[in-house]
Amino acid sequence: MGDDAKGLLAGYDRGAFFCELTSYRNTNDPQIATVLDRLGRLEFADLSRRSAEAERELFNLGITFTVYSDRDSIDRILPFDVIPRLITGAEWSILEAGVVQRVQAINLFLADIYHDKRILKDKVVPAELVLGNSNYRPEMEGIDVACGTYAHVCGIDLIRDPQGIFCVLEDNARTPSGVSYVVENRTLMMRTFPDLMADLRIRPVDDYGIRLHAAMAEIAPNGAGAGGGDPQVVLLSPGIFNSAFFEHVFLAREMGVPLVEGRDLVVDDDKVFMKTTGGLERVHTIYRRLNDDFIDPEVFRPDSLLGVKGLMRAYRKGNVALANAVGTGIADDKAVYAYMPRIIRYYLGEEPILPNVETMICREPEGLSYTLDHLEELVVKPVGESGGYGLLIGPKASKEEIAEFRLKLRHDPSNYISQPMIGLSVVPTLTASGVAARHVDLRPFAVTGSSTWVLPGGLTRVALREGSIVVNSSQGGGSKDSWVLGGQNG
Amino acid sequence: MGNLLARSAENLFWLGRTLERVENLARIIEITETFARDYSERNWLSVVQINADEKRFFEKYSATDAPSVVGFYLLDGENPTSLPATLQAAHQNARALRPVISIEMWEQVNVMRHHWREVSAKDLAAPGLPRLCRRVRDQCQVHEGIVEGSLSHDEAWYYYRVGKAIERADQTTRLLDIKYHLLMPNIDAIGSALDSSQWNALLRAANGYQAFRRVYQGRMTPAAVAGFLLFSDSFPRSISLCVREITWMLSQLRSRYRLTGGVAAEEKLDEMRAVLGDITIEKIIDNGLHEFLDWLQRQFAGLTDDLREGFFGE
Repeated sequence: MGDDAKGLLAGYDRGAFFCELTSYRNTNDPQIATVLDRLGRLEFADLSRRSAEAERELFNLGITFTVYSDRDSIDRILPFDVIPRLITGAEWSILEAGVVQRVQAINLFLADIYHDKRILKDKVVPAELVLGNSNYRPEMEGIDVACGTYAHVCGIDLIRDPQGIFCVLEDNARTPSGVSYVVENRTLMMRTFPDLMADLRIRPVDDYGIRLHAAMAEIAPNGAGAGGGDPQVVLLSPGIFNSAFFEHVFLAREMGVPLVEGRDLVVDDDKVFMKTTGGLERVHTIYRRLNDDFIDPEVFRPDSLLGVKGLMRAYRKGNVALANAVGTGIADDKAVYAYMPRIIRYYLGEEPILPNVETMICREPEGLSYTLDHLEELVVKPVGESGGYGLLIGPKASKEEIAEFRLKLRHDPSNYISQPMIGLSVVPTLTASGVAARHVDLRPFAVTGSSTWVLPGGLTRVALREGSIVVNSSQGGGSKDSWVLGGQNG
Repeated sequence: MGNLLARSAENLFWLGRTLERVENLARIIEITETFARDYSERNWLSVVQINADEKRFFEKYSATDAPSVVGFYLLDGENPTSLPATLQAAHQNARALRPVISIEMWEQVNVMRHHWREVSAKDLAAPGLPRLCRRVRDQCQVHEGIVEGSLSHDEAWYYYRVGKAIERADQTTRLLDIKYHLLMPNIDAIGSALDSSQWNALLRAANGYQAFRRVYQGRMTPAAVAGFLLFSDSFPRSISLCVREITWMLSQLRSRYRLTGGVAAEEKLDEMRAVLGDITIEKIIDNGLHEFLDWLQRQFAGLTDDLREGFFGE
């Protein structure tokens, strides 16, 4: 330890983990010293009061997700912890380059597997792992997408080990969510803690909507907006009953584009139109927050009422752009993840800037036997699940749970990967009884049209239960503001 | 900027209508509670009649006493004309409109609904009921102020205002129809204090008591009250004024935004203006006030259908 903490942080113990605030204490960075000093002077009661006010404001503003029961709907906020995490300008440069590299590789991989399949022919990635995967969409074969970009919005989940090294835990290339919380958390911090933030050079996050809109305009079909206007971009949402509806509202609002539902769109002559008060108007780019399965009942689930009949016909003809492209789920599959360092080397001829967490692939005999022998030490994850469901955390599981999981794993090994348990970094977090260490991850968001831009910082998710490493909102997680220090130019 | 999504236009129309309905319901209940203690059951029955809820109400209750009617309208979320159900509908419209309306507009509706979810039977006991109704009316009026100050006066604003004006006009016809015919038989007992207080209550329920006084000073006859609510060219809830406003708004949509979806509605409005400009209250009463109000109600329902076809994509 040896942290000369005082005031609010006096009793704080980061344990054996890297702390995103206090581990920077001896770096002599004047901005970090200022933050720690100001935090130390805050009274616990004052911090608790401001925290409660901040959460009340989130609730009133409807920055919430909705939980439905049989008869009622309840709006819940994503719990917001007011103590921020810090990222230095130098660290951010590396993270940013690493995310850009990863997104580039993901897009090259997707273009390849839906065209020539060189990486499969060269046996860098097993062909059956891709072609036999439920997330692979044969419907995409041979379709050319604008700028070669498939994963226009990508969220790369990072964790930080006890040595302070960032590694990639997971890629999210379908419809990663959470960016609205990044921007709203910042606004809330600026309102609630002007004294804590005064004169610090924290990189702004409020131009996300402008960047996203620019990328959506870049991928619009050729000739869109000819005649002077901008291409018509829309955000496609499943509607107000979707639990992430607030984020859809946020994105439409920040881009200044209509939020449409499937029933607002119609395909005619293989072109997409929206129903307006003045009749049908052409749509050029759709940022869709609807899974592949639901977007076109003509091609995918025929029972989908949320999608648009004929959308894939228009897409194939190049008359509309979809973001993200159909079929990107194959790139963030947990089994494909294990090959990502090799994928980066294959397409870019570079070493990965951000390492993967070491991963055993249970479909491979060595991976399975190692996993079975070390279940008590490993985290074992089903490859098809998300949201933190169905995983085994060996070091925290009982003997019975491990025995039960062993049977599941033997029964269907190719459904699992395993990773060593990483001691996730921590951040001081407000609890009922004081400030204590809680584990966090970081999800930076990358937006790609013709080039890739990364939102400075990203979503810091925090496991609010003591000792927990599951940060998902469905499992008792919250969020924090993430400050990239150093101002606009580092 | 392109035209508004047809679904958003419809949501705006209904947001305007439902919040106007909430304000009216709160006012009618508050006035009934405060000024209509005599003939209590008959007065509370008229609240049910104004909302055309006789069938639904009597399936659940046997008598139109105050607790039953108040409970039916202020607590029963299963009653689609109740305040919680109407507020819920407004909230749902506002939620769908979040990318279109101002953040303050949404936040205020959201907070209003949160408040209402905490209301329970104990809040309705005397003297809580008028206070509660007053709070809802205040919130609706705050909402209107936020709309004026923060919603761009573009296409969206017109649908909201048209919805509000149609609801106002419709509410005025319902109120006048039920109350006028409730109070008329008492005209025999001319000059009793009770009568004028009931007619005053009618004006208060339309939020027109003071406005009427300023125009008519000491004169108060049933015909004057009915004429005022139908023909006043300055009272915000009169039929004539609402018709004039709706006409103006649809003409703006046509001339400023080249939207022709309101043409059928404009023809109906022309007809209504012609009739209203040509007829006197005495003539209407001779021919049957109820029949005239019924015709107006059908016209307003027809307007809503025309807008649905012309603008809302159905």
